[in-house]
Amino acid sequence: MTSEQVVFILAGILTIGAALVVVTNRNLFHAALALMASFLGVAGIYITLDAGFLAAAQLLVYIGAISILIIFAIMVTRRMMQVSETPFNSQRGLGLFVAVASFLIVAYVILRSQWFGAERFSEKPPVEPAVLSNTVVMLGASFVNPDAFALPFIVISVLLLAALIGAIYIAWPRQRIGTAEDEA
Amino acid sequence: MIPLTWYLLVAALLFFIGLYGVFARRNAVAILMGVELMLNAVNINLIAFWRYGTVVNPLAPPPSGWAWAIFVLAVAAAEAAVGLALIISVYRRRDATVAEDLDLLQQ
Repeated sequence: MTSEQVVFILAGILTIGAALVVVTNRNLFHAALALMASFLGVAGIYITLDAGFLAAAQLLVYIGAISILIIFAIMVTRRMMQVSETPFNSQRGLGLFVAVASFLIVAYVILRSQWFGAERFSEKPPVEPAVLSNTVVMLGASFVNPDAFALPFIVISVLLLAALIGAIYIAWPRQRIGTAEDEA
Repeated sequence: MIPLTWYLLVAALLFFIGLYGVFARRNAVAILMGVELMLNAVNINLIAFWRYGTVVNPLAPPPSGWAWAIFVLAVAAAEAAVGLALIISVYRRRDATVAEDLDLLQQ
C-alpha cells in the first residue's frame, strides 16, 4: 500500500465518519462541528487528486464561511441549542431504506462499469508537473475567455450577489411594517 | 495507485449519507447540512473525472472540472446564505425550527 493510498483512506474515513455524525447526532452544534471535519476530509481528497487550489478554496469557503454561517444560525436560535427529544422525523426508516438501496444500485453500477477500458482508470494517469502547476493559470484564463467560462462566471457572480442581497432582505427584522398581518 | 472507482464510491457514499440526512432529519438546519454534504460529493466526482480524464491531454485544455466545482461552491454559498436567512426569519416570526411545523400553506 503506497503512501498516497494511506492518505486517501485516512481522508475518506474522516469524510465518511464525520458525515455519519452529521446526520445522526442529536446535538445540532456537534453536528455542525462534524460537518467542518467532513469538509476537511474532502479537502484532503482534493489534494490526492492534485487539486491544491480547490483544497484551499474548500478550506476558505466551506470551513471558513459556510460552516461558520451555519454555526451562527444555530447559536442565534436558542431552541436549536437544546437537544430535542428526537432529531428524526417519521420517515426515518423509509429514508434509510431509500438511501441504502440507492447507494447499493450506484455502487453496483460503478463496480460493474468498464469505464471505457478499465486499465486506463485503474490508476491516475501520469502527467507532467508543469501541466499541473499551470492549471490555476488556465482556470483564471478560462474564466475571462468568452469561448470558455466567461458567461457562466458572470451569471454565477450575479446569482451570488442576488442571493446575498435577498438573504439580507429576508433576515431583516421588520417591526414597523405590517405587524398586524404578521401576527395573523 | 488509486483507481477511479475508489473516488466514485466515496463520493456516492457521501452523497447518500447526505440524502439520508435530508430525508430523516426534522430540523431545517440539519436538512441544509445534508444538502451541503451532497454538493461536496458532486464536487469530488467532478475533480476525480477531471484528473483521470482530461488532464492527460498534453495540450492542457481549460480545467472544466475545476470551473464547475467552483460554480458548485458558489451556488452552495448562495444556498446556505438564503436558507439560513429563511430559517432565521421563520424562527423570528413563528418560533419554529422544525421543518414539519412550517405548514402555513396547508391550512
